[in-house]
Amino acid sequence: MTGMEQDHLVSVIVRDEPRVLTRITALFGRRAYNIKSLSVGSTEHPGLSRMTFVVTGNRGIVEQAMKQLEKLIDVVHVIDHSLEKFVDRELLLVKVHITNDTRVEVRHIAEDFRARIVDVGRHALTFEVTGDEGKITAFIEQMRPFGILETMRTGRVALTRGSNADIPSHIYHDGETAALKSPTQTALLPREQDAQTVENLF
Amino acid sequence: MTQQADMSGAKALWHTLAAHGIDTVFGYPGGAIMPVYDALTYYPDIRHILARHEQGAIHAAEGWAKATGQIGVCIATSGPGATNLVTGLADAMMDSVPLLAITGNVARHLIGTDAFQEADITGITLPITKHNYVVQDPDDLPRIVAEAIRIARSGRPGPVLVDIPKDVQLAAFGGELVAPHADPGRLAPDPQAIQAAVTLLQTAQRPVLMVGGGAQGAAAEITAFARAWQIPTVTTLMGLGAFPASDPLWLGMPGMHGSVAANRAISEADVLIGVGLRFDDRVTGRVKDFARHAQIIHVDLDAAEIGKIVRTQVSVRADAASAAQALSEAATPYVHPEWTAQIQTWKARDQQGSPTAWGAGSAVRQVVERLRPDDILSTDVGQHQMLAAQLARFEKPRRWITSGGLGTMGFGFPAAIGAALAEPQVTSVIIAGDGGFQMTAQELATLTKYRIQNVKICIINNSFLGMVRQWQELFHERRYSEVYLGDSNPDFLKLAGAYGIEGFRADSQDNLPAAIDAWLAHPGSALLEVVVPQEHGVFPMVPAGAALHEMIETEAEASQGGSK
Repeated sequence: MTGMEQDHLVSVIVRDEPRVLTRITALFGRRAYNIKSLSVGSTEHPGLSRMTFVVTGNRGIVEQAMKQLEKLIDVVHVIDHSLEKFVDRELLLVKVHITNDTRVEVRHIAEDFRARIVDVGRHALTFEVTGDEGKITAFIEQMRPFGILETMRTGRVALTRGSNADIPSHIYHDGETAALKSPTQTALLPREQDAQTVENLF
Repeated sequence: MTQQADMSGAKALWHTLAAHGIDTVFGYPGGAIMPVYDALTYYPDIRHILARHEQGAIHAAEGWAKATGQIGVCIATSGPGATNLVTGLADAMMDSVPLLAITGNVARHLIGTDAFQEADITGITLPITKHNYVVQDPDDLPRIVAEAIRIARSGRPGPVLVDIPKDVQLAAFGGELVAPHADPGRLAPDPQAIQAAVTLLQTAQRPVLMVGGGAQGAAAEITAFARAWQIPTVTTLMGLGAFPASDPLWLGMPGMHGSVAANRAISEADVLIGVGLRFDDRVTGRVKDFARHAQIIHVDLDAAEIGKIVRTQVSVRADAASAAQALSEAATPYVHPEWTAQIQTWKARDQQGSPTAWGAGSAVRQVVERLRPDDILSTDVGQHQMLAAQLARFEKPRRWITSGGLGTMGFGFPAAIGAALAEPQVTSVIIAGDGGFQMTAQELATLTKYRIQNVKICIINNSFLGMVRQWQELFHERRYSEVYLGDSNPDFLKLAGAYGIEGFRADSQDNLPAAIDAWLAHPGSALLEVVVPQEHGVFPMVPAGAALHEMIETEAEASQGGSK
């Protein structure tokens, strides 16, 4: 388990149940894997949520973290984005100090970054910027000399490029959760006889 | 499957357990689980064993599971009852024991209010269970319990906890009673992985097979594979019995208190194949020097174990039986007579080192020599445990019950009771120390209450927490801090007698054989106290942080400054 420390982008499809976030963060915490960013949102399938993590560590650490994640019952799929091409974005809200002298320059820079003004104050402008990590960081660096009052970043979200969905079809046969059991979700009902398929998920 | 009129959540629970073939549960009632205990009176075919402490109940369920390979079930109330299960859950998690724990909780509207006897048991047990649930809807009970049982048994087994609020137990059940899940079956290996393993084995000059607790259900296949290829075999603490001790290929147990032959063989091996084990630090010693000349093949069901501790050249993700069978069938075996001859020299040295002078070692040896192949041997944790692991000779799997990963003092005695109930036709022997026995000694009451006849308790009494004392001797310049028990130990015979259990005592090489005879011949469960000299260590020993080849082989060597 050697190699350089670097950021790894990992997406996890989870059952949308209480304590799932706790289970996952507890797993990372106990093994002292540092989570650099974490975004969670619902997916196109009711009952399933998607999390995107940025984990810092060497290759071995990240592989072990992914294997441990795959063992959790609530985790239905883990995607290592380093294995395929992916798109990723992050949303930044940043409040920048302005004066009469700097107002125009700040707005010009923001235009170059396609940042939108979402709030205007007497001494500050709040911008919304989306983009990959590099763009977000570059925008912050451009604004820093004017005085950044506060920032909030969502953390990265990612999807694999191309036409294939990240969630393999066999996952729809897992489930047995309260969320997946609703009558509208017949496609997600378990196939109990398909022991081998279910087994693969553990 | 069927709708059931006049059924409560509690009855739905029992119905589901019965449908899964569960006929014995271990537990202790309390306010928040009372509806479940009330409903139990409608299920006379299910035997409930009332322990005297929830920890006793869960270790008994573990003993049941380890002896049978089937799921163990235990029940406790909320709050302190539930938290008393924590040690057993952690133990079962470490040793991959299939276990279902049912806990009561306060009513749903009280959860989160710090109500009387409320504890967030799902939060508490989250890292020490394979999965856990709070049942929010009585109609979900059978589905959740069935899923919990499946999770506990499938893949790498482990403990699952189902927490049921009191009002859910009482509520009218209007859901469906589900059928048990199909047997999860075996996980067959990838043929390419098997081919890679065989290719490596065929190049080996000095192969070693290392068998762990994950192979307890695969003894026949493992034995056939090892014999066909003539591979010297070591069994870890958890793997004892998965390969017959009488076979000349067997080298004993590796690791901290392993045999010279096992540790030498691993240190000299050029190919090491590990099956159903997780390379615990007590087995590897200093990891960077573990099997330092060997390419490693790791067979395990749990993908997360492969490559976790040691570098692995070939990984085979499969259950032990399927993998061993596939390996046996894959190629013509290749034998290496020089290596097996070398191994026999080391093995002969181990046999010379067998303890004869009066002490804990010779006492344990005399007890384990009297075991028959079907008898079950449980131990507690400490010196006696390592001595028993070194000296007992198991011919069959699932005859050895011990707390491996967690090293839980107090585990052995209740586990032996669970095993005795699972297999009433065999003798369930428990060897304990004077320290550990007192952690769950109250379960003597369980023996008496159920008139359990086949538990033979042996207490090796050296008046010390012996293993801690041994470490203090070696690593803390004999500062024996808080390990002496001799001034306050009970009269163990009187203690047993207080529960109506017959007791025997021996205190020398001369009177031990007769005492063992009387103890084993006694009709019914009985206790034997063996009083041994206080200062006696367990050797060989690999000091923590050292490599296997740096082992201290004898007590004499240790006193000459072998300590580090």
